[in-house]
Amino acid sequence: MKKRLVVIGNGMAAARVVEEILKRRRDAFEIVMFGAEPYGNYNRILLSNVLNQSQEAAAIMMNPLSWYEENGIKLHAGVKALHIDRENQIVLGKRLPNGVAAYLPIEKSFPEGSAVREAYDFLIIATGSRPFVPPIEGFGGQGTFLFRTIDDCQQIAQYAKDCQRAIVIGGGLLGLEAARGLITHDLDVTVVEAAPQLMPAQLDLEAAQLLKRAMETMGLRVALDTITSQITYRDDKVSGVAFKNGTQMETDMLVVSAGIRPITEVAVDCGLKVNKGIVCDDQMKTSDPKIFAVGECVEHRGVLYGLVDPIWQQAVVLAEVITECGRDAVYEGSKVGTKLKVMGVELASFGEKNPSESTDEVIVYRDPNRGIYKKLIVADNKIKGGILLGDIEMADDLMPMFMNGTKVPENRAEILFGAVSGETLLDVNDLPDSAQICNCNGVCKRQIVDVIKNEQRTSVSAIGEVTKAGKGCGSCRGLIAQIIEATIGKVSYDPREHYYVAGIPLEKSLLVREIKNREMKSVSTVFAQLADGIEDAGSKNGLASLLKIMWPKEYEDERDARFINDRVHANIQKDGSFSVVPRIFGGVTSPDELLRIAQAAVKYHVKMVKITGGQRIDLLGVKKADLPAIWKDIGMPSGHAYTKAFRTCKSCVGTDFCRYGVGDAISMAQKIEMRFQGLECPHKVKMAASGCPRNCAESYVKDVGIVAIEGDQWEIYIGGAAGSIVRKGDLLTTVNTHDDVLCIVGRFLQYYREHGKYLERTYGFVERVGMDILKAILIKDTLGICSQLDERIQEAVNAFKDPWKEAETPAYAHQFDGPQLVEVVGEVNNNG
Amino acid sequence: MQRNMLFNLGSVNDIPLGQGRCFIVKGEEIAVFRSRNGDISAIENKCPHREGPLAEGMMGNGLVVCPLHGHKFDLGTGQGSEHNECIQIYNVLLQHGEMILEFPCEIFNQKKENNASECLTL
Repeated sequence: MKKRLVVIGNGMAAARVVEEILKRRRDAFEIVMFGAEPYGNYNRILLSNVLNQSQEAAAIMMNPLSWYEENGIKLHAGVKALHIDRENQIVLGKRLPNGVAAYLPIEKSFPEGSAVREAYDFLIIATGSRPFVPPIEGFGGQGTFLFRTIDDCQQIAQYAKDCQRAIVIGGGLLGLEAARGLITHDLDVTVVEAAPQLMPAQLDLEAAQLLKRAMETMGLRVALDTITSQITYRDDKVSGVAFKNGTQMETDMLVVSAGIRPITEVAVDCGLKVNKGIVCDDQMKTSDPKIFAVGECVEHRGVLYGLVDPIWQQAVVLAEVITECGRDAVYEGSKVGTKLKVMGVELASFGEKNPSESTDEVIVYRDPNRGIYKKLIVADNKIKGGILLGDIEMADDLMPMFMNGTKVPENRAEILFGAVSGETLLDVNDLPDSAQICNCNGVCKRQIVDVIKNEQRTSVSAIGEVTKAGKGCGSCRGLIAQIIEATIGKVSYDPREHYYVAGIPLEKSLLVREIKNREMKSVSTVFAQLADGIEDAGSKNGLASLLKIMWPKEYEDERDARFINDRVHANIQKDGSFSVVPRIFGGVTSPDELLRIAQAAVKYHVKMVKITGGQRIDLLGVKKADLPAIWKDIGMPSGHAYTKAFRTCKSCVGTDFCRYGVGDAISMAQKIEMRFQGLECPHKVKMAASGCPRNCAESYVKDVGIVAIEGDQWEIYIGGAAGSIVRKGDLLTTVNTHDDVLCIVGRFLQYYREHGKYLERTYGFVERVGMDILKAILIKDTLGICSQLDERIQEAVNAFKDPWKEAETPAYAHQFDGPQLVEVVGEVNNNG
Repeated sequence: MQRNMLFNLGSVNDIPLGQGRCFIVKGEEIAVFRSRNGDISAIENKCPHREGPLAEGMMGNGLVVCPLHGHKFDLGTGQGSEHNECIQIYNVLLQHGEMILEFPCEIFNQKKENNASECLTL
């Protein structure tokens, strides 16, 4: 029988620990949760965004109520657990009356029938913490608020509408966040802090002074060394505060955000060991072995944590122990550091703020003019603590070095500004086995070392095949190479990385030469002649793209060499349905087109109509069998939003309507789309045309971007990107007319088509080949190939056919068929 | 002794060379592939990872690649490229150019137990 697991609390820590448990053993427990707030759980880190109205409350929900249902969790939402009967292993809770804040203590009484009872085999306490209210006379009347829950935020935002002035008590992180929220409501805000500086937990005095100056330039008033003693009211509404130093200040509202304290009543009440927080051992067990605790309510080795990273670590250990997946798992405490943004000022703080020993080195850089301050405390060549303000780029290196006790470079300047060589300061040898190397796929150092040793994988790509490390964004591939080198002395070179496709052992230029010499015009011929007839599924797509580029007219189109998207000219979605994006030249459409799109969306029960980033309209959730009919109804050509080809050219309104436009960007974009639509390339190609350097169409971050400049000229940028990599395009040249633009862009595209590796975006291509070389070849014509490139791109343009025409005449039988129902014709014994 | 139900999937020519098609047999989606050298193979259509439709995948060298996230499956054994991923395979006989699928009654009976209402279709 399943054991019963009861969780008291439904905040971030509680939900996380349940997720970790479900991840390990889905069916081990029958789970019941008590959540005093009437919601699913939400990301409290983003509360200030709810206050400043940059996010809706719904947007910060992490697990909606449906998550509990899907995972078979019984959630008592709005019920506060008040008593643990340890002898009988029962938790008693009571529904919270309306309007009572979830974190406030309430009376432990259970009038007839009001108790909610849940028996447990194991119990997890994750009650979190409540805002700390300093002893101020008169707190709690109308216009005074705390800042901790979604309800608090909503009440503050509502009340602020009728106010001009606000006081925030508390100059720590949360106080400043609250102040930021109030400033967006156009209030005159003063932050009052008892200590002589802002953010005393994270900053030293000097950094705090710099921060204060930055805050004041943004219109925030700051009163330091000031203790509030009394709140005064007029007509039952808050009207001002009196300070201990005898002065007073008027205000229309008051928010207290002076830190947090762990919520421990339910643990104290049942006799668990509690100091400042609920005392836990290294396995997150309280003094009762049936009862665990996790999160802000926990005191572990004398330390309380209020940041997510340590709490996530606690949740992992707790889950390992309770599911018995890792009975020996231990939590040994965390070194903490945070990176954050306070009212737009970037800040990183970790470890000690000031030197504690006379031998500690202090390394400091100050640039007050730009608001930059960097300070590191170093002892025994290791980082003990640091503060970075205004420029925190080094934090990504320094924080892991601090957490892992890595040795710092001899040249201390490199700690503050990075290595002269530009390489990362992190040395993998110094990282512990548990350090995460690939953040995309969650692979740690130990897993990589194991694969190197046990499976004799010695190249970066071979390790990726087994562990998926380096297969996400790819930024950790350098670290993986370092690990290989450290483990076996040498990284092996995998020639397959340089093959155009995995299944044919030739690099692109050699493959092109073979294809030309032997006049191979179909994918199956290439396999037959160059791969002993072995048809590697993963290589088909790349070969098809290359052959189409090389033989625009004579290419023998074998549809099995195409990915499903290219077989049915639509993009497959996770549920097996397809998306339909018609071409809207330059982003300009008409009422007629919109009507047809709308009618088709209704007729074919489209699940979502979405405006895309490329200034088009996406109809999502179309059945494969409906594709030909919906294309016919829409009566527009394909937008190629599914293939490795030229996609779209965004535009701004250029000179037609814009006051600033200096060039006709709309017709530029339309001509580009008309000419290059559907052109196959090594990867997708996105373009934009902007009518002036204000760049509203985002031309600087497109594969090809056109920008009009004063004097009737057009700049052509190439190699820009704004996806997982963000890169500003490089200026290839400046030309005078639309026709010149079409010529140069076509020339670049053809060169990229012929020389780009399969799945290499233009940003990689431009960096690999180099801008100087590209300018020489494509503009100065140093190789004398420009006229040939121009001819070949013209040939490719001439060969264009709108693939959606296959709605009328399918390319092959059953091209758009959905699943087919078949009936039984007989029954036999398997050998009969 | 294992008993099979037989289903006529129609002419092999109805599957384009080197591609797959999806058939619904007793409520089960089955992907049937025809390789360029003429082999016919049948597997369950749903990828165990995220239920991707394998019939829409690209095939070659005895493997099919799921169109959603690239998990690969051996068309002969059902073994996947990922640990612990293995899919059901089915036997297909060729008779006068028609494909006859053998569907084990056992699988059908199991499903029936799981979903009593399906009995009505028998």
